[in-house]
Amino acid sequence: MDVQIALMLAQDGLTNGAIYALLALALVLVFAVTRVIFIPQGEFVAYGALTLAMLQGGSMPATAWLLAGMGALVALIDGATALRNGQTQKLAGVLGWNVGYPLGLVALLTLLPVKDLPLVAQVVLALAVVVPMGPLLYRLVFQPIASAPILILLIVSVAVHVAMVGLGLLFFGAEGQRTPAFSDANFEIGPLMVSGQTVWVVMASVVLILALYQFFERTLYGKALRATAINRNGARLMGISPALAGKLTFFVAALIGALSGVLIAPITTIYYDTGFLIGLKGFVAAIIGGLASYPLAAVGAVLVGLLESFSSFWASAFKEVIVFTLIIPVLLWRSLTTRHVEEEE
Amino acid sequence: MNEVKNPVLQIDKLCVSYGKVEALSNASITVGEGQIVTVIGPNGAGKTTMLSAIMGVLGSAGRVSFDGTIEAVPEVERMVARGMNLVPEKRELFGEMSIEDNLELGAFQRYRMGHRDQARTMNEVFELFPRLKERRTQLAGTLSGGERQMLAVGRALMAKPRLLMLDEPSLGLAPLIVREIFRIVAELRRRGVSILLVEQNARAALQVADYAYVLETGQIAMQGPAHALADDPRVIEAYLGLGGKHQAMLST
Repeated sequence: MDVQIALMLAQDGLTNGAIYALLALALVLVFAVTRVIFIPQGEFVAYGALTLAMLQGGSMPATAWLLAGMGALVALIDGATALRNGQTQKLAGVLGWNVGYPLGLVALLTLLPVKDLPLVAQVVLALAVVVPMGPLLYRLVFQPIASAPILILLIVSVAVHVAMVGLGLLFFGAEGQRTPAFSDANFEIGPLMVSGQTVWVVMASVVLILALYQFFERTLYGKALRATAINRNGARLMGISPALAGKLTFFVAALIGALSGVLIAPITTIYYDTGFLIGLKGFVAAIIGGLASYPLAAVGAVLVGLLESFSSFWASAFKEVIVFTLIIPVLLWRSLTTRHVEEEE
Repeated sequence: MNEVKNPVLQIDKLCVSYGKVEALSNASITVGEGQIVTVIGPNGAGKTTMLSAIMGVLGSAGRVSFDGTIEAVPEVERMVARGMNLVPEKRELFGEMSIEDNLELGAFQRYRMGHRDQARTMNEVFELFPRLKERRTQLAGTLSGGERQMLAVGRALMAKPRLLMLDEPSLGLAPLIVREIFRIVAELRRRGVSILLVEQNARAALQVADYAYVLETGQIAMQGPAHALADDPRVIEAYLGLGGKHQAMLST
């Protein structure tokens, strides 16, 4: 291995690491606020990428219909509840968001010449289809069992993952997709060739991480999510409902997932089930952060990315094995260094 | 009966059970506008249970009428939005966040409803608790017991409640701090906040309150104007004891 190859591998590792970092942050966030280990995080990556690919192929993405279906279900449940409690003024909002929005989006996708729109518009439309599935998913699946033990939440989370992969196969077919790069620019830095897409991925990740930081430090809604993670009862007494916090968290997680998918779609071929492996690597990084520390999770993600790219050079057959074996020493080190603290009160 | 012109809170035949055990049975109490009403009683009498049920943290049967509207089963978020606030026994602060952030979150529901007067309310809270202002950037988890209690009360006040419910505000605090807390309770009434105060420190509670209920094994055993109960021989024997006069000093 010479310097040039090493630099290339490092660049690859960093690019992937940036994506894993985003996913790891989402996983830590979801776990902290709702105690759900969000296995389907990766599916949002695949859904985001493949929805964009379908839009670019000029066809109506089937995910839009999934969104409409989920919305209709939620409208049915919430609408019935509102009616039963006599809160008719709530009804308009429930119907508007859960039925009106998806149908409006489908109409928009039918009317617009989506195929010929600029890439930015296509990306926005893909996100508009995939991201709202996050809060809807929380409403349908996790809100009714919000107070269940972590293990139950995990089992349900696995079920959602399996269902989403199956639906993915149905929607997108078994073929892999690759979308055109955001930019064709190439930069030469010394012996290193950096592609425009790499710069996009790293920059977008950094911007998104900073934006998330601002959201959690500066805005009241961000603080409300942190408060829920710190003390669920206390947050409830302030009028921060667990349902609201859960939906908001899943919105952020879905946004991160779909955006990651859109970002890496030009670099790797995405299949309907690719998301799982990507999400799992984000999960390894989140575990390095103990499912609690955001900075450690981000550092872990870069580590996972670098390890992956270098091991693909030396022992490409064992690439995944090496990455996932990393979790064992990490868990050992974690269990040896952290004392088990009895739950307070 | 607590005869008041403008009841803020009226609960009627409120029952709560944990499985088969009935922790609260047919409790009926009234809190009038601008009143301090206290519920005293021994450990395990169901005082905290009652507050949790009124707030909607626990499910209950019976009728809770707040501010003229009846809630069959209260729901926490709605109660907060309507101006009811509970300072729980465990304080439930956000330990890894600053005092300022804790206070800001106290106004979350108001912020959500479109009110943007948080800065002014925070200044009022700081006036009441100058200690909190000095330490505004400190993490809540690093505060002393008394400061935590002040922060918990301050956080609840950020919501500008019509009714403030305090669960054992003096629990685990040094006598001087307890005195400070009761001084603030009295000050809050002067500002027009109605207060439902649950206390084990019966002497101090009776001193500051207008009306009092005695809760024993889940049932209202006695009630009356606070000064009358303070002189009632049964209350004296069970809750005040003889020669415990130094405790009364705490509320003066």
